[in-house]
Amino acid sequence: MKQIAGINDFVVKFANVNGTGSASANHLFAKSIFRMGIPVSPRNIFPSNIQGLPTWYEVRVSSKGYLGRRGGVDLMVCVNPQSMEKDVASVEPGGYFLFDNTKPLAPHLKRDDITYFGVPLTQMCMREYDTPRLQQLLKNVVYVGVLAALLDIEFPILKNLLNDQFKGKEKLISSNVHALEMGYQYATENFQCPLPIRLESGGNVAPHILESEHILMNGNTAVALGAIYGGATVAAWYPITPSTSVVDAFAKYAERMRIDPGTGKKNFAIVQAEDELAAIGMVIGAGWNGARAFTATSGPGLSLMSEFLGLAYFAELPAVLIDVQRSGPSTGMPTRSQQSDILAAAYASHGDTKHVLLFPATPRECFDMTVQAFDLAEQLQTPIIMMSDLDLGMNDWMSPPLEWDDDYQMQRGKVLDADGLEEAKDWGRYVDVDGDGICYRTLPGAHPDRGSYFTRGSSKNERAIYSESGDDYVQNVDRLVRKFETAKSYVPAPKTHPPIKVKKPKTKLNLGAVFFGTSASPAYEAVETLAEMGYGIDTMRIRAFPFHESLDQFIADHDRVFVIEQNRDGQMRQLIMNECQIAPSQLTSVLNYSGTPITARSIVRQILEALEAKSADVVSLHPETA
Amino acid sequence: MSYLKPKFRHPNLPTNALGYTVADYEGSISTLCAGCGHDSISSAIINACFQSSLEPHKIAKLSGIGCSSKMPTYFLGKSHGFNSVHGRMPSVATGASLANRGLTYIGISGDGDTASIGMGQFVHLIRRNVNMTYIVANNGCYGLTKGQDSATADLGSVSKYGAVNPFDGIDLASLAMLQGAGFVGRSFSGDKEQLEPLIRAAMSHQGFAFIDVVSPCVTFNNHQGSTKSYAETRENLDAMPLDFVPMREEITTQYDPGTTQGVTLHDGSVIHLHKASHEYRTNDRTAALNAVQMATQEGRILTGLLFLDPNSQNLNQNLNIASKPLNELGKNELCPGSRVLNSINEGLR
Ligand SMILES: Cc1ncc(C[n+]2csc(CCOP(=O)(O)OP(=O)(O)O)c2C)c(N)n1
Ligand code: SF4
Ligand SMILES: [Mg+2]
Repeated sequence: MKQIAGINDFVVKFANVNGTGSASANHLFAKSIFRMGIPVSPRNIFPSNIQGLPTWYEVRVSSKGYLGRRGGVDLMVCVNPQSMEKDVASVEPGGYFLFDNTKPLAPHLKRDDITYFGVPLTQMCMREYDTPRLQQLLKNVVYVGVLAALLDIEFPILKNLLNDQFKGKEKLISSNVHALEMGYQYATENFQCPLPIRLESGGNVAPHILESEHILMNGNTAVALGAIYGGATVAAWYPITPSTSVVDAFAKYAERMRIDPGTGKKNFAIVQAEDELAAIGMVIGAGWNGARAFTATSGPGLSLMSEFLGLAYFAELPAVLIDVQRSGPSTGMPTRSQQSDILAAAYASHGDTKHVLLFPATPRECFDMTVQAFDLAEQLQTPIIMMSDLDLGMNDWMSPPLEWDDDYQMQRGKVLDADGLEEAKDWGRYVDVDGDGICYRTLPGAHPDRGSYFTRGSSKNERAIYSESGDDYVQNVDRLVRKFETAKSYVPAPKTHPPIKVKKPKTKLNLGAVFFGTSASPAYEAVETLAEMGYGIDTMRIRAFPFHESLDQFIADHDRVFVIEQNRDGQMRQLIMNECQIAPSQLTSVLNYSGTPITARSIVRQILEALEAKSADVVSLHPETA
Repeated sequence: MSYLKPKFRHPNLPTNALGYTVADYEGSISTLCAGCGHDSISSAIINACFQSSLEPHKIAKLSGIGCSSKMPTYFLGKSHGFNSVHGRMPSVATGASLANRGLTYIGISGDGDTASIGMGQFVHLIRRNVNMTYIVANNGCYGLTKGQDSATADLGSVSKYGAVNPFDGIDLASLAMLQGAGFVGRSFSGDKEQLEPLIRAAMSHQGFAFIDVVSPCVTFNNHQGSTKSYAETRENLDAMPLDFVPMREEITTQYDPGTTQGVTLHDGSVIHLHKASHEYRTNDRTAALNAVQMATQEGRILTGLLFLDPNSQNLNQNLNIASKPLNELGKNELCPGSRVLNSINEGLR
């Protein structure tokens, strides 16, 4: 049998039962690899359940720094008998299967193209620890010890991590270290260590990764920090996975960083609302009054917020909404990732509405874009919706460190204070003085007899006086279109990369790929793989809606553009078609909507299929580039 | 006040302590039906704010959707207003009050806006004790959508189209008391002697103050058989009169000993309740609920200050939020800076 081999390049997957404490052991495993300076991306694949159902944790190790899912499993660590059959089947030929052999493996689970490592985990822990709780918890740590031997994890790093985790709790540290050692020893005594797949500090890791001082953090924490640094003072929310940890983290940091030193009082307010309608209502009320406010939610909450989003759009009030997307309705797959709220968010609400969307792809961008979202909301006087997802929000990502410019000034937009109102000759709330569609706001209480107005939807004239005149309405909503045009120059521009050199091109077509958010990492990986196979593909990563002009140009410059995203209906493709006057035949969807993040392999396969099937009948409009 | 320009005033118009005339508290011309109860509530608010010498620009008025929710256009033209969405004004008011605790908030809603689509937000607004005055203009029907029964329509009340309401009405004042509101009153749009001091007292209360105002809809619910018509309401009114003396103002009226009960609000204002018309103490929630229940059973509409807890803690106090309004905090107070961020980075390696 040919075993899978390679240094710093493999996928390990853990099959556990949820509620058994496996998450922290699996995290320990992933973090130790990170501390060895090797690119790693862990992912929790968990059920909507508190205890007893199967849960998985997938760890991708990649010397090239690919952080998306690759597809396939090289080493399976299976401690859940419920899912064992499926888990055995999912291992790549030549791969490895580590399991608890306290009970012998059922004969039908024997494959002859993979290598098995049986470790009597339950038995060892029963012998060693006297309480059921310890037996259960430390079993997870024992298999991390086994993996340390099999994969060559540096043992002192593991110990340091335990020291950090249980700071001051000596007993916990020593019992955990003991469990690690027990697993390590069992492996060295019984198996040939290390395996052909293994880790090596530094090893073949790309130099630019080795040099940078990466951090490991999840997107939701980064968003929370962005809200702290961006000056958010009011957070209103209703708990919903996978967005809950945004406000949890905001609360944690705010309790540390936002307590007035003199009085001990809070320079922030957090309200757990009765539902999402109320949550966004509170945000809008606070924004109307000039505070920076936000909410975090997921698909079902976004639906409930849609009436208020329409009001905020027409009444031109700032609001920041973090949408951590998941799959479908509450009884959809609430703990699975998707990018499937794109259209619902872009056109949320009644009447002619369009919203500004941001698409972060890394924790660093979650941080930067959250800060920017607060600026944009006030500059553009409209809701800003940040489209994160479960994969980005809840999983740990290796990311460049967060950076802060101490010279940053909050961009509060066009707000007239008392002095401004005194100076303004002829103020009207919805008069487009500057021609950019953005008018001058005033805040309640600013001036004794100037600047007050009645905030309402669209039945008003330029001076915010009640009006049902068709002309007034048209003038107002046409100005909102102008404002949306202005927004294009405010929002983050898309990212492109210099084209990859392809040695022996297999196609004359000029190919492009467009993607965003968590589809980006596996997309970049797929594009590099395809380049090696002879298909050069230019890329553009979208970072905001309204789309930048360069997107139109990018699409026009290519014979065929793949739109890579994680939903069934190709929502970004639809949005592009709608907004950019693009013929549908120019855009080909590359999709995944199974609930687990899209893999590089699946992207490669879909693009190859599409090219083989269609390349014959597409006429190249552009000269060859290679 | 430095921005206030002296302007010509009719020398005979009375002014309040701030030098404002009642005209400074008015709004645009009402577009409601002539005789609509809601217009009387607007003028009671105008008079109440004038008499209490509130700075108009320091008041923010919010509403939901309905004829009643249009009212804020017709009073306090110098105040900012927010006509939000149907039944959701409570959440907007909550956010606004958290963002700027320095303003006085007045919320205007209807019985449809509050007791049906907005019931959830209303109850939670009370539970959180947001510092505001919340007035429901209660006409037992949906005026703006042309007269459908609302959830406060009384059992047996006959609609304009002849249908008899088969459901028990929701009593918002009892609900507010049950849910812990610190200030609960009921009044009638046609009783300005009672309504004005009640609104003044509510606006002085430091916490959630609720007033249910029976406010007949002349167009859809003022016929015979309706329990919320002018005639029926006047007929059954059991009004408990009161006077309001704001803080710093001297008590000039002489009351015969034993005839009034004085209640002091947190800001030092005093409400004088005329004892002849009530048998329970307003600080007793259970007694208040009983009194309302008894009156309802006898077909009477008990109005006046029903319940008061002058010391209730409002949302900003309960959350221990800074005294400086959150919307005035700047970068220095809000942004921890690069050094802190670097140490956070360090913890993530
Ligand atoms: C979401 C939504 N549903 C329905 C309506 C239509 N609507 C407008 S006002 C109203 C009822 C208002 O009744 P009430 O609050 O009692 O006010 P009134 O007109 O009686 O003063 C309704 C149902 C709306 N504006 N929004
Ligand atoms: S319809 Fe009824 S509630 Fe509406 S304005 Fe006319 S009288 Fe008032
Ligand atoms: Mg009504």
